[in-house]
Amino acid sequence: MNWNRKDLLGIRELSADEINFILQTADAFKQVGTREIKKVPALRGKTLINFFVEPSTRTRTSFELAAFRLSADVINISASTSSLTKGETLKDTARNLEALHADILVLRHSSAGAPQFLAQRLKSSVINAGDGAHEHPTQGLLDIYTIREKRGKIDGLNVAIVGDILFSRVARSNIFGLTKLGANVTLVGPSTLVPREFEKLGVTVSHKIDNVLPEADVVNLLRIQHERQRKEYFPGIGEYTTLFGLTNERAKLLKPDCLVMHPGPINRGVEIDSEVADGLQSVILDQVTNGLAVRMAVLYLCGGIST
Amino acid sequence: MKDTKQNQSVPILDAEAIRRALRRIAHEIIEQNADLKSVVLAGIPLRGVEIARRLSEFIREVGKIEIETGTIDVAMHRDDVGTRAELPMVHASNLPLPLEGRTVIIVDDVLFTGRTARAALDAISSFGRPARIQLAALVDRGHRELPIRADYVGKNLPTATREQIQVRLQTVDNEPDAVWLVKE
Repeated sequence: MNWNRKDLLGIRELSADEINFILQTADAFKQVGTREIKKVPALRGKTLINFFVEPSTRTRTSFELAAFRLSADVINISASTSSLTKGETLKDTARNLEALHADILVLRHSSAGAPQFLAQRLKSSVINAGDGAHEHPTQGLLDIYTIREKRGKIDGLNVAIVGDILFSRVARSNIFGLTKLGANVTLVGPSTLVPREFEKLGVTVSHKIDNVLPEADVVNLLRIQHERQRKEYFPGIGEYTTLFGLTNERAKLLKPDCLVMHPGPINRGVEIDSEVADGLQSVILDQVTNGLAVRMAVLYLCGGIST
Repeated sequence: MKDTKQNQSVPILDAEAIRRALRRIAHEIIEQNADLKSVVLAGIPLRGVEIARRLSEFIREVGKIEIETGTIDVAMHRDDVGTRAELPMVHASNLPLPLEGRTVIIVDDVLFTGRTARAALDAISSFGRPARIQLAALVDRGHRELPIRADYVGKNLPTATREQIQVRLQTVDNEPDAVWLVKE
């Protein structure tokens, strides 16, 4: 197949072939990082705007570095420096950016659907860098890329996603991608944060982590998002760690080759103990490295086609 | 499928002719490179990689020397990114490093406008600075758009721009080795 999408809004709308196409393209771009000159001219002369209405350092930096390695020019705009604070609508801000001939717009927004709204109205490529609790497709892709790199496949693997699933766009993107590629996904967490409703997406729901860990090939721990929590959903950090944290003790239940993942930033001692986060099974820093390759692939594919 | 192809296609080289052409190129590479040990054959995916592999076998047979082969992908170095409605797969490049002091021979199936070769020159320079770079093609069909020529050519074939050259290699395409001239 060939690639023909200008936007990446979510993993839900991608086919398994398209996901694999991105992963294989990322293989090629990962190798660029090992060259003497870590830069290719693929997007030379293109302008990328990192438009982060919600704060983010690691995703924004990763996109920025990916764009540099593709020779694109980058402008960063955050909510506080944009005219959004002066009452300009999202659409007007975006149309102004397009009037400046921006070719690629990387958008992080607190409202689900914001990237889609803009993609339908702009000629520029729109890349979703996380929209509300909807999707974070490049995070999902880099998680899947890392699993595929370490285990050689996705099909048939048991993947446990633990934590605040209800509010997590990372979980959603992972669920869509992993199930399309044939993994058995189990969501683990308190019933307030992991309702049975999720079973409609073709996954298993469990509220007992100790039953899930011994069978898992991958454990992906999500950050407890204090900023999105309301008291009624969440019992308290100490209780969460006792019931669902990947403590040193609990890590003994894991198979020796089980991968431990975390999208970062880590709350050490809350969802994961330091020794586990820094242990041999942890691929948390591989996720960061692979994120760069995956984002290069996505920018190259979406920004490289004629619109 | 095969019938329509034969109706529109003129056979240019068969398996034996391809074998002879590559064997001759292997001889020329041996003649023109006194220091064969420094030579790297860098194939352009997909078929250039297979042709480079076959050339290395002929060179082993004739020159009694094992030379290194690699892959140089040009997709991310092309000058037409952003002008196409669909993008083909990008492949990882893989060259023996460092390239300093070595002779890199770019290997492709068909030499046409020269734009792929230009992109390959650019791609190679991101890995280092070889002593020299040469170019080998199974078929040179003319119509260059850049000041580029091949050092080794299997078959010079004057064509019309509207015609196509199709190279089929058993190991890549699962079809018998052949070069076809496809007329519109």
